[in-house]
Amino acid sequence: MQKQAIFQSKLLPYALVAPQLAIVLVFFYWPAAQAVIQSFLLQDAFGLSTSFVWFENYLELFKDPAYFAAIIRTFAFSFAIAVSSLSFALLLAVMADKPLRGSTLYRTLLIWPYAVAPPVVGVLWVFMLHPSLGVLSRYLRAMGVDWNPLLDGDQAAALIILAAAWKQISYNFLFFLAGLQSIPKSVIEAAAIDGARPMRRFWTVIFPLLSPTIFFLLVINIVYAFFDTFGIIDTMTRGGPGKATETLVYKVYTDGLLGGNLGSSAAQSVILMVIVVVLTGIQFRFVERKVTY
Amino acid sequence: MVEEEGFQRYLAHIILWIGIAIVAFPVYLAIVASTQDNAVIANGQMSLLPGGHFLETYYQTLFVGTSGSTREPVLNMMLNSLVMALLIAVGKIAISIISAYAIVYFRFPFRMAIFWIIFITLMLPVEVRIYPTYKIVADLHLLDSYAGLSLPLIASATATLLFRQFFMTVPDELLEASRIDGAGPFRFFWDTLLPLSRTNMAALFVILFILGWNQYLWPLLITTRDDMQTIQVGIRKMITTTDALTEWPVVMATALLAMLPPVFVVVVMQKLFVRGLVETEK
Repeated sequence: MQKQAIFQSKLLPYALVAPQLAIVLVFFYWPAAQAVIQSFLLQDAFGLSTSFVWFENYLELFKDPAYFAAIIRTFAFSFAIAVSSLSFALLLAVMADKPLRGSTLYRTLLIWPYAVAPPVVGVLWVFMLHPSLGVLSRYLRAMGVDWNPLLDGDQAAALIILAAAWKQISYNFLFFLAGLQSIPKSVIEAAAIDGARPMRRFWTVIFPLLSPTIFFLLVINIVYAFFDTFGIIDTMTRGGPGKATETLVYKVYTDGLLGGNLGSSAAQSVILMVIVVVLTGIQFRFVERKVTY
Repeated sequence: MVEEEGFQRYLAHIILWIGIAIVAFPVYLAIVASTQDNAVIANGQMSLLPGGHFLETYYQTLFVGTSGSTREPVLNMMLNSLVMALLIAVGKIAISIISAYAIVYFRFPFRMAIFWIIFITLMLPVEVRIYPTYKIVADLHLLDSYAGLSLPLIASATATLLFRQFFMTVPDELLEASRIDGAGPFRFFWDTLLPLSRTNMAALFVILFILGWNQYLWPLLITTRDDMQTIQVGIRKMITTTDALTEWPVVMATALLAMLPPVFVVVVMQKLFVRGLVETEK
């Protein structure tokens, strides 16, 4: 795609792209390159000498059961967050898509959590489900649940998943609603004339037509669970108890913070970059297919 | 028309209200907690109805801060967040719109190479390159500064792509017409293209403002001075102190103040928000 009408100038276009190019090179490419280089180096305990060690940092990581556990945990979290948030949002969007009185009010009341920052989400949920003073913990204990996410790793994980899914409902809801509204009414009417009941109409007509939106949101939700949950985890559990809620991003943060192993931290960053690039690639491929579809 | 029986309709209303209640409950709880006495909350005896400490809690939060270790008024934190969010939103829009203008309306050597250099940044969020970026910002002596807070977050391509896409849809006749009027590249940009881009800029601004205000990991790393911390960082420090000392009413008031500006923007500028959200994800 090219414009036919253009300006002629030798220097002006460079001056126009210069600010963005400078910022991107200094704050994006330079650090990214540093991470890649750093990941091939090993520093001795006193930081006096560094040596080139090829893939040793990567091999160490993959031999480390703790890192392997973090990978599994991160994917399990992402899957749980995506599925719970998507299904709840889809239910709400299907309801809001009906011709109801007050449907714009419903939309407004459901989309605002998008604007709540992850650390604030963490604070709200930790307060609600705090073992000693949380309001909901009272009811949980009354129901006989031994609720203490500060000690129980599984409960801490459940807490993170719930809070992260809660924040993402509004985003998924908006995109589902847009997807539902783009389905031609005539298709649904045709199914109704054929005698399909609402539930059947949903699963045989609406759901398949919505599948591009679902797939798109699945990728977005996984990326969200990978990166944006940092603030939630940091305010709620700090990766604990033990390492029960330590995701890959959180591990990069803590490993680098302790400053112990720069090479390993850099290698972890590079692995994360590869994961994001793969996820984005899947998304682009898919979006392209939707265009030709 | 598809028939919607009365029962189905009632069910939809009920499900939606349940959904709204689930979504709103944590925030309702925060509002209630911010008006109650800390001792009562710490005992686990919190009531589900608002208490009478509204004014004193919010006064203390905004102008004094917690009585614990980080004694920083939340108003100051909000100011830092505001400056950072505005710098990110305005900075990103400004540098992106001019580089998109160059890429669409000029032919020059390395045009596509430059486009790809910018485009690739779309893929990697700041989270995956935090420590190397931290080192560079430190080397440039930008720790604890607004420039250090905002510049690394400006380095991304979403806005450039968006403006490029939009410029491609602007009819060529407009440029030819303004050329006949004797307009050069600056006049055309200022008098024709900018007014046409107003809605796009506004939608983008809404999204970028929210994203900027809600930044957490990056400010957490590069601010060490209390008077430079943003509200998102400040709130975490408030619950760092041992559990018994956490002043929950102040923490909850801070949480509410932290969500107030972005939620306000979403609710009031809903149309622009939805538009910006859909367009930036394309």
